[in-house]
Amino acid sequence: MPFAHRKEAPTFEFHRPTPGEQLIHFEHLQKSFGAKRVYDDLELDVRAGETLVVLGGSGTGKSVLLKCLIGLQRPDAGRILFQGREVTGFSEEEFIPVRRHVAMVFQGAALFDSLSVGENVAYPLREHFPEMPLDEVRQRVAEKLALVNLPGTERLMPSDLSGGMKKRVGLARAIATDPEVILWDEPTTGLDPVTTQSINSMINSMKTKLGSTSIVVTHDLVSAFAVGDRMAMLANRRIVQVGTRDEFRRSTVPEVRAFLDARRVELEPGGVS
Amino acid sequence: MSPSAEAEVPAAPVPERPGVVERTKQRLESLGAMTQMTGQVLSRAVRPPFDGASFIFQVETLGVRSLPIALLTATFAGLVISLQFGYFLARFGVQYTVGRVVVLTLFRELAPVLTALTVGARLGSGMAAELGAMTVTEQVDAIRALGADPLRKLVVPRVLACLLVMPVLTVFADVVGLVAGALVVNAQYAISLDLFFQGALDAVFMMDFLSGVFKGAVFGFIIGLVGCFKGLTVEGGTEGVGRATTQTVAITSVAVCLADFFITKVTLYL
Repeated sequence: MPFAHRKEAPTFEFHRPTPGEQLIHFEHLQKSFGAKRVYDDLELDVRAGETLVVLGGSGTGKSVLLKCLIGLQRPDAGRILFQGREVTGFSEEEFIPVRRHVAMVFQGAALFDSLSVGENVAYPLREHFPEMPLDEVRQRVAEKLALVNLPGTERLMPSDLSGGMKKRVGLARAIATDPEVILWDEPTTGLDPVTTQSINSMINSMKTKLGSTSIVVTHDLVSAFAVGDRMAMLANRRIVQVGTRDEFRRSTVPEVRAFLDARRVELEPGGVS
Repeated sequence: MSPSAEAEVPAAPVPERPGVVERTKQRLESLGAMTQMTGQVLSRAVRPPFDGASFIFQVETLGVRSLPIALLTATFAGLVISLQFGYFLARFGVQYTVGRVVVLTLFRELAPVLTALTVGARLGSGMAAELGAMTVTEQVDAIRALGADPLRKLVVPRVLACLLVMPVLTVFADVVGLVAGALVVNAQYAISLDLFFQGALDAVFMMDFLSGVFKGAVFGFIIGLVGCFKGLTVEGGTEGVGRATTQTVAITSVAVCLADFFITKVTLYL
């Protein structure tokens, strides 16, 4: 069952990493959905303090990669190491402390419809820190909403918000527990260029303000080059190239070239926008 | 459109329907997963922390708001069976026994089953649609990602609320159905209210009443579990939510009828 829980006591402990050290390692990862194979032998490293962008077309399994990292999906084979500790076989209960340190911003924000903005942002605080006094919860909520440029919106309902505002509330909720790693699932999909720019700024500011590591999965090249320190291309069920922005611009890997060139055609005058 | 233009339009791909063996396997897997979820829900229901506020909210949402439809169904059930029994018992000259027959039929059978079928369809489909929408919009994933347990947060309060409200609604249906029946036979067959209720009280035993209430509890548990399970296992976006909703109504209706037969069989010998 995807929502099963086991009883083992949580044992995961997070150590503050030094910038640049290997934080996360995907090793020989394999994953299928029925007859559809998503990963064959996926290998990828994430370093502390960087923003790694995972590029790839629709349906290549970019979001699944993020979900495997925090146990929302389980790989069929292979290992995922977090600070050298294998988390692949963790039970649902063991994953809870991992999820305090690794937060996810969902593609559609995934705000709880029945809760106000303030209650949404307070949700992880109540779950991870049930003893936290109400005043401190309120203060943390206000602080995180201010950080995403939405101060004073605690009483609004998700239905009152625009797409970009929802993403920002989703971010405020994700960073409520001060996580060390933020996973961004298609953060700019479906947003207008101005809002896209503000989300990109937000991703960059999280790195400078919170010192967090980010993994961003997207097929938006403009956003990818705006936020990525390093980039990885997921195609043909594996990572075909990992490198800096410049290495990607000069890439001769056919899958990367095809992806970049297709987008260039779209951006040229007369191209499909 | 010219024939040549028609020829250029590619035919929409027809999804391949799985064979009988594959479908049977899928259903057995689904049954196994639901059984597993039942165990997990029961273990969480008896272990703290308990979410009292969520439980009360669900009782209000699922129970109080279902009261009008439960009472309306019970009223008409009481009216119809009283008319029918009054008419046929008069053929044998024993129409004064109508209160006895109506009370037993209502308490043991009609009140719990009709309440489960009408209210259950509302509750089950509502839960499947709500949790299904949460599943496809990744809100269930978000609950897990934020360190909470969807079974404890979403399923346990709903199942426990169903377990409580269905027997209560059954009792309401018993009373309202009986009163409606008494009024109609009084008006139609000139049987006094005193005679009707005296006959009813003479005929009914506590076991008759309790067997109906017990049925209500079992039906409530089934409805809660099926609705939540179908909602949490939705696949295929909004289309999948619609499918889960209709499947919930079909499964709960069949399950209620099956459970009714076996509970009746057992309680008749108690």
